[in-house]
Amino acid sequence: MPSDYVYHSDFWFEEPEESNPFAAKASYCHGYDVYGQVIAKAGWFEYLLLMFKGERPRPDEAVLLEKLALVLANQGPKEASIRAAMNGGVAATNHSSALMSALAVGSGLYGGSQELEICIRLWEECGQDVDRWKSRLQAPEEDERADIWPAIEHPPGFDPNGDQIPTTLLQSLELLVQFAPKDGALHWLQKQRGALEEFFGCPISITSVAAAAFVDLGLDRDQGSMLYLMLRLPGAAVHALEQRKMGWKKFPFYSSAIELEDDPGPFKQRDEEGGR
Amino acid sequence: MNHEQLLETESHWLTRIGKAFLTERVVMHGKDLHHELDHLEWLHLYLYCILGKDPGENVAKMLNSYWVGTSYPDPSIWPNHVAALAGSVRTTPSLGLMAGLSISEASIYGRRPEVRALDFFYRAGRWCDEGGMLEEFVDHEKSLGRILYGYGRPLATTDERIAFTLDKAKEYGFSEGRYLKMAFSVYEHLNTTYGYSMNVAAVHAALAADMGFSCEEYQLILTPCFVAGMAPCFRDTKSRREGSFFPIRCESIVYHGREKRHWEG
Repeated sequence: MPSDYVYHSDFWFEEPEESNPFAAKASYCHGYDVYGQVIAKAGWFEYLLLMFKGERPRPDEAVLLEKLALVLANQGPKEASIRAAMNGGVAATNHSSALMSALAVGSGLYGGSQELEICIRLWEECGQDVDRWKSRLQAPEEDERADIWPAIEHPPGFDPNGDQIPTTLLQSLELLVQFAPKDGALHWLQKQRGALEEFFGCPISITSVAAAAFVDLGLDRDQGSMLYLMLRLPGAAVHALEQRKMGWKKFPFYSSAIELEDDPGPFKQRDEEGGR
Repeated sequence: MNHEQLLETESHWLTRIGKAFLTERVVMHGKDLHHELDHLEWLHLYLYCILGKDPGENVAKMLNSYWVGTSYPDPSIWPNHVAALAGSVRTTPSLGLMAGLSISEASIYGRRPEVRALDFFYRAGRWCDEGGMLEEFVDHEKSLGRILYGYGRPLATTDERIAFTLDKAKEYGFSEGRYLKMAFSVYEHLNTTYGYSMNVAAVHAALAADMGFSCEEYQLILTPCFVAGMAPCFRDTKSRREGSFFPIRCESIVYHGREKRHWEG
């Protein structure tokens, strides 16, 4: 007898084994037989775009996503989400815990997926109108209400701590542009970057490049956010594993760097001095 | 050069929150954790940690009632469901409970309605301070297409937590506050005009406004709110057959998508 409780899906369909209703004989993604055809014939990024967008992508779209995935795969230990995973790895935590910490820290408004979401939303609002971009980047909030997310403290997609675009990011942008549509967001970003950076006094960041790539791929803010979070996990994983092997003695422990401005001193000493 | 702003904190972090002088002592907001804060219940200490000051016994007890009153050992509630799944597939308590807590920061329950509701009352208060009518403010918010968090409830028309919370508010001296009265005035207007009900998020937020918390403080205070209900959900499924927590058969995935097609090439 079927369950009273069902889940609905617009993209995933399963046929059961005759001998076991809980085991799948076949699974279909947007109508395509996953284990019968897709895995044998498609690439990883074709399958990803099929899942997210519902249609088999053109070859150039799959290549653009693959190149973006390569750009995002490892931002190095300086990047906050990777550093978070390393803090897990060094203590030999659960691998999933290390990746959860990378996802949590990698979700932020400074370099994380929440900033990327704002960038994609602004793409929807501003398109290729540079004056509108300049205006909205200064006040990107949707409205005046408080939310679980704080207000962003810098123009989204820019690094307020940067001086000029790092060579690695410039290389990434110039490479991605080669695989992007000619009239699309990445090309526009490449053309307008200098003017926008001069206007805001700081360089663009990885989030603006990734957002433009997702816009060129026809992905919305929610889809872009999920992919951005996922595609940055490889570096988090490998750096966490490395620190696990490297050991905690070689890992920074910042205690001596933390200075307590109003240290009351040892409790007993204060007691003797008549502090209590 | 913008990057020069980073140099100051590269190897030095000046703070007033406190510090763990390991092997010696721990200072939390100017007090010795093991000698001056040891008398506090954990939840009271948590408030002190967030606020940087002791809000007093009655505030701690009032907020304790939020935690107690939302500790439901019921895995049908979605954050608890995650903790139950974690137990069913034999992962660890930290992973299960923290995953459950993280999805408590949701839009249709939990942290976003709580924060938005508190912000609503503060903005309503300012509107009234400037001479406006409360009903006008509510109608204005409605006209902007905004959800009035705390009013209307997705899964039920009444909320069993309201009477419980109001009893506690009376017991701890918060039943006559400005914002609590405002919450009921808003309810009367919305109920009369739109047939809305009120849920505990409105009552909790109004009381939080009367206690004077900022939205960020309130969000932090309530972050561990549902965790007590998750622990028994985890243990229940952990003690049963692995993978047996409401299993899903293939036919229970009801498909509305495209017909089957071939992947050419």
